[in-house]
Amino acid sequence: MAENGEPVITIDNVSKFFGSFQALKDTSLKVTAGERVVICGPSGSGKSTLIRCINRLEKHDAGEIVLNGVVLGENKESIDAIRTNVGMVFQQFNLFPHLTVLENLTLGPTRARKMSADAAKQLAMQFLERVRIPDQAGKYPAQLSGGQQQRVAIARTLCMEPKIILFDEPTSALDPEMINEVLDVMVELAGTGMTMLCVTHEMGFARKVADTMVFMDHGEIVEISPPDKFFKEPESQRCRDFLDQILQH
Amino acid sequence: MVRVLVLVLAGLTLSGCSANWGWYVVDPTSDTGWSNLKFLLSGMYYTILLSVTAILISIAVGLLVALPGLSEKPLLRRLNQIYVELVRAVPILVLILWVYYGLPQVTGLGIGVFWAGVIALALSDSAFQAEIFRAGIQSINRGQYEAAHSISLNYVDTMRYVILPQAIRRILPALGNQLVYMLKMSSLVSVIGMSELTRKANELVVSEYRPLEIYTILVLEYLVLILIVSAGVRWLERRLNSGDQR
Repeated sequence: MAENGEPVITIDNVSKFFGSFQALKDTSLKVTAGERVVICGPSGSGKSTLIRCINRLEKHDAGEIVLNGVVLGENKESIDAIRTNVGMVFQQFNLFPHLTVLENLTLGPTRARKMSADAAKQLAMQFLERVRIPDQAGKYPAQLSGGQQQRVAIARTLCMEPKIILFDEPTSALDPEMINEVLDVMVELAGTGMTMLCVTHEMGFARKVADTMVFMDHGEIVEISPPDKFFKEPESQRCRDFLDQILQH
Repeated sequence: MVRVLVLVLAGLTLSGCSANWGWYVVDPTSDTGWSNLKFLLSGMYYTILLSVTAILISIAVGLLVALPGLSEKPLLRRLNQIYVELVRAVPILVLILWVYYGLPQVTGLGIGVFWAGVIALALSDSAFQAEIFRAGIQSINRGQYEAAHSISLNYVDTMRYVILPQAIRRILPALGNQLVYMLKMSSLVSVIGMSELTRKANELVVSEYRPLEIYTILVLEYLVLILIVSAGVRWLERRLNSGDQR
């Protein structure tokens, strides 16, 4: 399903340290436009760190990350590359609690993209409809359920019209009955050709949308393979053990 | 609050019947009493103007000083620390005297009583404001910065639209405290001749020789002023918190 062509993200031998702890060990990964990558692995394996390096929430210590041809570093060019390309959805939603849903959505477009208030509002309503909660526009985040909040967070990201969206365990903080409403939105999003990198343990979702499965353990990428192969015959023992554990029930 | 005030007033009025009190100096029904009362109240204007000007400046300076204190760069944090420690260590009265009598000699520029008072009060308070802002901003979850980063807000927009509105809500009680403190400390500016409440009372005491009654009125003036301010701050708190129910 993935289009062949130039990678939009190239992660080349990237390492990341937190003090003396090495969170990423020479990891390399290529993602092409429209590709849906699901990253899984035990906690502390570096999955979140890896995707957080892509929009520089973490700065990698060694190696190179190239985003649409721009090498990420401390310069305006790479900040712009991130700005125009990458959106992110967080485990804890991270909505702005003092702003209404609509204001959460329009803040980025009006301030960072310099859109007019009217245009931003139109855009916001369009995406609120996409995530199926246009009627909550005037409410504050605390008045919404977790599932609704995460959908607002997805809409907020979409309002920046990114080419790539990073999902950092988007359903891990949700009550079980709310997980599906968020996954449905993500499946729909996958259908639009969005490039997606998802850190998640939702293997049903992974089977449905992933073009590529990535398994990480101890800061290393252990396995990269298409989902058919990944779920049927994983190469490494570590990956087999992990899948056995999470697919047991 | 109002009940307390009424009780205090009733107590004072009753005690006025005993021989030790001479309420006639501020008796609004007599001509001299009325003009004395007006004289005392006329200090209200400068007390308020002085305090409000000083608090606005100290909030602005405090915020500017707090920001480097939150930086990842040790040098900037150090600058913040030095400012706070130095300014916090000078007693307000000493600062008022130094700014009024000392600063003109350093700068060669004459400085009015009012601005000397404002500068000294604002400077002194700014160190405390800086610490309040630093604490408030630090209390905001890291995820808020990350979300702001992920929708490409720059530093100024992140502070202005995301962090400060939340931080200010949290520090509002502390800011209210500082305003009350400022109103009280403005009385110290009387020593360099600012015609605010305390100075007016001192002047009247010199001519009328009734310190007990006049200073009692002075106490009541500050009390009323501060109760009004407290009510205002509480109203503001309610208003700002009505939106998000966390």
